[in-house]
Amino acid sequence: MQRTVFKSRWLPYLLVAPQMAVTVIFFFWPALKSLQLSLYRVSPFGDRSTFVGLENFGKLVADPDYYSSVLNSFVFAGGVTVFAVLGALVLAGLVTQKIRGLAVYRTLLLWPYGIAPAVAGIIFLFIFHPAYGILPYFLSFVTAYDFNWLLKGWVAMTLVIVATAWTHLGYNIAFYIAGLLAIPASVMEAADVDGAGPIRRFTAIVFPLVSPITFYLVVLNMVFAFFESFGVIDAVTKGGPGQDTEIMVYKLYKDGFIGLNLGSSGAQSVILMAMVIGLTVLQFRFAEKKVTYR
Amino acid sequence: MPQTATTSWWPTATTLLLVAALLLVPAPALAKTDIQFWHAMTGQLGEAVNELVKQFNDSQSEYEVKPLRKGTYPETLTAAIAAYRQRQAPHIVQVFEVGTQTMMLSGAVLPVFQLMKEQEIAVDWKDFIAPVVGYYSKDGNLYSMPFNSSTPILYYNKDAFQKAGLDPSKPPQTWKQVEEYSKKLISSGATKCGFSTGWPSWVQVENMHALHDQPFASKRNGFDGLDPKLLINQEFGVKHLGQLAAWQKENVFSYGGRAGAADPKFLSGECGMYMQSSALIGGFTKGASFKWGTGQLPHHGAPYKKATSIIGGATLWVMKGKPAAENRGTARFLKFISDTNQQMWWHVTTGYLAISNSAVKNLETGYHFKKNPDQFTAFAQLTKGTATPNSQGLRLGNFVQIRDAIESELENIFAGKKSAKQGLDDAAAKSNDILKEFAAANKQ
Repeated sequence: MQRTVFKSRWLPYLLVAPQMAVTVIFFFWPALKSLQLSLYRVSPFGDRSTFVGLENFGKLVADPDYYSSVLNSFVFAGGVTVFAVLGALVLAGLVTQKIRGLAVYRTLLLWPYGIAPAVAGIIFLFIFHPAYGILPYFLSFVTAYDFNWLLKGWVAMTLVIVATAWTHLGYNIAFYIAGLLAIPASVMEAADVDGAGPIRRFTAIVFPLVSPITFYLVVLNMVFAFFESFGVIDAVTKGGPGQDTEIMVYKLYKDGFIGLNLGSSGAQSVILMAMVIGLTVLQFRFAEKKVTYR
Repeated sequence: MPQTATTSWWPTATTLLLVAALLLVPAPALAKTDIQFWHAMTGQLGEAVNELVKQFNDSQSEYEVKPLRKGTYPETLTAAIAAYRQRQAPHIVQVFEVGTQTMMLSGAVLPVFQLMKEQEIAVDWKDFIAPVVGYYSKDGNLYSMPFNSSTPILYYNKDAFQKAGLDPSKPPQTWKQVEEYSKKLISSGATKCGFSTGWPSWVQVENMHALHDQPFASKRNGFDGLDPKLLINQEFGVKHLGQLAAWQKENVFSYGGRAGAADPKFLSGECGMYMQSSALIGGFTKGASFKWGTGQLPHHGAPYKKATSIIGGATLWVMKGKPAAENRGTARFLKFISDTNQQMWWHVTTGYLAISNSAVKNLETGYHFKKNPDQFTAFAQLTKGTATPNSQGLRLGNFVQIRDAIESELENIFAGKKSAKQGLDDAAAKSNDILKEFAAANKQ
């Protein structure tokens, strides 16, 4: 990798300064404020705030709803990551073949990334709707099971996972296309000559060679699914039925902005941040060992 | 160097500046004072709000009310709180009924009775209808201006009734009849399900308790103290919600989601009956493709008394900290919308209740209710039953969170995951915790 060397002493800092300013103002400062808020009990209009130490955290640890939201978050993030990364790899593989209309397929695959999550949620709400959705309609020919996501938790969870993964596919596909195209054709041809079938070629050559991309996408998708998946759930299930799709981010929003309990919301956001930092550190330490960088 | 023209530029410049100054100076004196009004009304109701505001703005030249839809009721309240913390609160904010206790104890509002007293505008407080006054007053004084009050009623599909062999002019009056009619509707193929409901907690828990003279919470439903305990898991609650859960299995009742998410079930003809806010009359008149009618909410009958239902909707709150000149505009706008003529117009256009007795009387003498019997249903339900301490309304802190907790557990009950007793016990326990937290945060 080529390193850029600046002749001037202050120019690099000046160039980085705007991004640093944005990061500090929009990320670090609110995070610190959340940390402060988590130690107080605040009245909705802000006129009364009492220091309560770790009481907000204590209440969360004793709350069974909080544990179920953590579990839901893992299920949700895991589902989205698996769907979005694997699906992207498969689709990218399909789209890097020599077929007609390649550019059209690629564009169409990347488009959903531009759709707002709430819109994607509504689209899938219509697809999954128990009364007028096409999916239950077709499924009704196969089974009499009632796919009512308003009452069945696992159907609702599947709905939001699919909707979220679908929007993020485009981003992953873009990376995978670049990765797949970077594999030298000679390597693939050599393997073909040696008698490797398509599956063997994939597992022995393609997968290891795109593993840096896979690693990056898994980390990114997990963080995204933990932090930025609010839109779909708010637009579609609002955490329901019961608490079955209430992930940590959504519970945080509900308690803070609907319930106006800002102290508890702050505590939840601190815990969420610690968890995701921990997850990322773990992933870097263990998974990166398996990644083959060239 | 060649000489430039000797006419120098600065006399022209000064003249231009003076002219500009003269043109600009009178402008502030002619500008109207803006009054910011944040609300949560959409669709046909939003248009009605804009029209009402326009009527006020056109009627005088000192103030201009600027209506702004901030989102749903919770979003509007959150926006107002955030703005207040930034000292940029609007003058008037529309807050739904469950936000009442939060607003009353917030220290951020100017009670309406105080505003009118300060501005020396006479309002006939005694003219407002009792259910509305009871809900929004403290110590006999009205804190917020009633604006859009509604109550849940029963809507039914007359065409479907006809098809099922039921009398389309007779809506069911008891829950037994609801079950009977539902089964007829389903077996005749007129509809797929019997009935559904909007706002599950408001309609099926809060209003059903009030209508049957059952307490929703201790301490007179919260009016007498800051940390009451919920009583929804007593005999009546378990009986009613257990019944709904059993009916869900037979499609007699079909759960359709929270707030107004189940509206399509009725409008599409999937369900023959629907319990929702009386404020939907305007929207249904425009949007329904079949003949429909209204009736009062069904009652279980003996041994329960028939009391009245409780109001829903929202009121207008005035935020503190505005200069007296602007408060005058706010006061004049609130007086305008509570005048008999404006109330009648608002009621006829939207279906929300007219909130003063004079307005109701005028509507009666104008045969409005004879011509529009559906719009009388809500009135009858609110005023013609026996008012009891259990049917005055609810005053609970953090009510938004409480409703959310209740509706979560209702979903568990309807899905068959918990029995009615278990679900209601859990909902009551969670709500009691929320109320304890509220009392602690508002120790007076």
